[in-house]
Amino acid sequence: MGRVVLVTGISRDIGRRFARHAAADPSIDRVIGVDVVPPRGDIGEVSFVRADIRNAVIAKVIAREQVDTVVHMSVIATPGRSGGRNAMKELNVLGTMQLLAACQKVESVKHLVVKSTTTVYGGSSRDPAMFTEDMGPKSVPRSGYAQDVYEIEGYVRGFARRRPDVRVTTLRCANVIGPHVESPLTNYFRMSVIPTVLGFDPRMQFLHEDDLYDVLRHAATTDVSGTFNVAGDGMVLLSQVIRRLGKLNVPMPGFAVARAVTALRSARLTDFSREQLAFLTYGRGVDTTRMRQELGFEPNYSTAEALEDFGYSLGHTLASGPVKAGAARA
Amino acid sequence: MPEAEIIPIGTNGTPGRGTGRVKPSAAARGLAGKSATSTGAAKRPARAPSAAKAPAKSATSGPKKIERPVPQPASAAAASAADGAGTPKPQPAPAAAATATARSTSSTTTHERGSIPGIPLGDWTAAIEAGAREVFGGEWERRMAEFLAFMRRRIDGDYVVDSFGFDAELTERLLLAVLRPIAEKWFRVEVRGLENIPAEGGALVVSNHSGTIPVDALMTMATVYDQTGRFLRPLGADLVFRTPMVAGLARRLGATLACQADAERMLTTGELVGVWPEGFKGIGKPFTERYKLQRFGRGGFVSAALRTGVPIVPLSVVGAEEIYPIVGNLGTLARILNLPYLPITPFFPWLGPLGMVPLPSKWLLEFGEPVRTDSYDEVEAEDPMLVFNLTDQVRETIQQTLFTLLLERESVFR
Repeated sequence: MGRVVLVTGISRDIGRRFARHAAADPSIDRVIGVDVVPPRGDIGEVSFVRADIRNAVIAKVIAREQVDTVVHMSVIATPGRSGGRNAMKELNVLGTMQLLAACQKVESVKHLVVKSTTTVYGGSSRDPAMFTEDMGPKSVPRSGYAQDVYEIEGYVRGFARRRPDVRVTTLRCANVIGPHVESPLTNYFRMSVIPTVLGFDPRMQFLHEDDLYDVLRHAATTDVSGTFNVAGDGMVLLSQVIRRLGKLNVPMPGFAVARAVTALRSARLTDFSREQLAFLTYGRGVDTTRMRQELGFEPNYSTAEALEDFGYSLGHTLASGPVKAGAARA
Repeated sequence: MPEAEIIPIGTNGTPGRGTGRVKPSAAARGLAGKSATSTGAAKRPARAPSAAKAPAKSATSGPKKIERPVPQPASAAAASAADGAGTPKPQPAPAAAATATARSTSSTTTHERGSIPGIPLGDWTAAIEAGAREVFGGEWERRMAEFLAFMRRRIDGDYVVDSFGFDAELTERLLLAVLRPIAEKWFRVEVRGLENIPAEGGALVVSNHSGTIPVDALMTMATVYDQTGRFLRPLGADLVFRTPMVAGLARRLGATLACQADAERMLTTGELVGVWPEGFKGIGKPFTERYKLQRFGRGGFVSAALRTGVPIVPLSVVGAEEIYPIVGNLGTLARILNLPYLPITPFFPWLGPLGMVPLPSKWLLEFGEPVRTDSYDEVEAEDPMLVFNLTDQVRETIQQTLFTLLLERESVFR
């Protein structure tokens, strides 16, 4: 019996690419992409359904298509073109709540995969070197993306309690980089002169975009549930990243970095939020033992290799202008 | 003859800046006439002699000719002004030589260039070679190549850090190299009981803490590496990871946050971990309380060692108390700055940066008999009584050793 997978947030480049990736999997019968705006690129065999996860229509879509696996990717890190912080919050938190409500209602749903992020661990000087899945942030995030993800994970846990028959897999992915990724961090690395926080050299882990698609597909098709950190092997320092990308860094005090980044990239999206500044100050490391042993997933790219691939693409990207991702709306 | 050399401003041998023409332009001629009349010089304009007898007509020889003694008081002001502008002051000797040659021979310019005194290329290479041999020793070529490769790796970011951000190469080649002479020459660190540090596998070194700033931790790290070849991985307070500059360096040196998770993670991977359980209470205590051990935290280090089954090596450090004797504490200012204490020493802040030079006390480090924890099982790590007992045992060992070492020490500085 084949599976029917529903992917939210397909208008974004990362969602679209994953949907195509999933459609190529032989154990998956159909892939349905959901979003309010159509995806920009080629979606191949994926069928697109125009629906907003922020209202109850999504329940009808899930019921009608007899969806058994829901992959929730519609959590955005920056307001982007979707409007301000309010719109982002509405999409992230209320969208997730509606989606979970729909999943709870529809009996056919048997598996839920949520793409979360390691941002949920926050960033502070009191952080342990490596976060395991059992740890939480040192202080509850009170703003931005980190807060949204924190709340979303709370709702997902609530859903898992209410529907114990559904396998819920939460993937806390490290910063995704790759040739096609358009995120605040990759935009930051694409700058020719990179402002850094004076006197700090944060540790970073990366996940290659291909590994992200693989791990999402792996989670959607394997019989594992739980919360997992997902990141490439190894660790790099921000100074190493900048050196390896052949960029120039300009150290400046923390408060100036956000302004500098915003000023330097004035026209384009960048909203340089507090949790990103914390990340660039204190860095973050996550323990991926559980990913290997319980989830049974092994990333193809290590952190350094993912960075290398990104750096390799940067030459092209810079010459021909950054690759435009799909609309930042879900 | 000398009067021929008086050249008022604006009538220099060649007009403008070396246009190459012998004849001055109309504008220059006008200027020259005016200045000649205004200074009241009865002499002929400089134009004629420069054309008639001065052999060097190129622009480069111009300034040098002005160098000659000025006998005319009438145009002294103008001449001295030209002197100031045109003569290179720091090197009068070559200029004088140039004038001499200018008088005798004809084409001065090229000749003069060639005779600039300098160090021959061969001497340069010999000097560099000797310097390199001095710095890198006998096999300087290989060492130099290694060093350049190291620099290249640094510049390309082509090095590896572990999950704690520890940069072994940088620590070994640069940071410990800086600390080594301080430990050996300034504090003259003397170590005892090195055999108590296990050659491999995880171990927890527990030490007393003193010295206002954690110099003792750095010196212990340098000494342990030099004597045993193992990196001591220190556990630091969160202040370390909050302070700019210090934060970036601390992780590269192998430090991580003093918390249960990090301590256990390091110990299970078989690292030699250093911990200073007194924390700020120990390091920031007044000079009058020197060598009195403060409370050993909540015994977190003991439960970390119990859970991972690694031995606890007590370390007593004598000498660090005297490097910055704390005689006062600016409590209010420290609270404003969010610091645990702000010390006043006999030299700081009075002497400014000079007051930050530590006093050269004589240091003694003694590693005590390891306290084995592998006989307890993991459940017992949860037993608070056992944890407290072990904590007290380690604390007592260190305190007793401190007293013994203090009795042995001749004086603070010797």
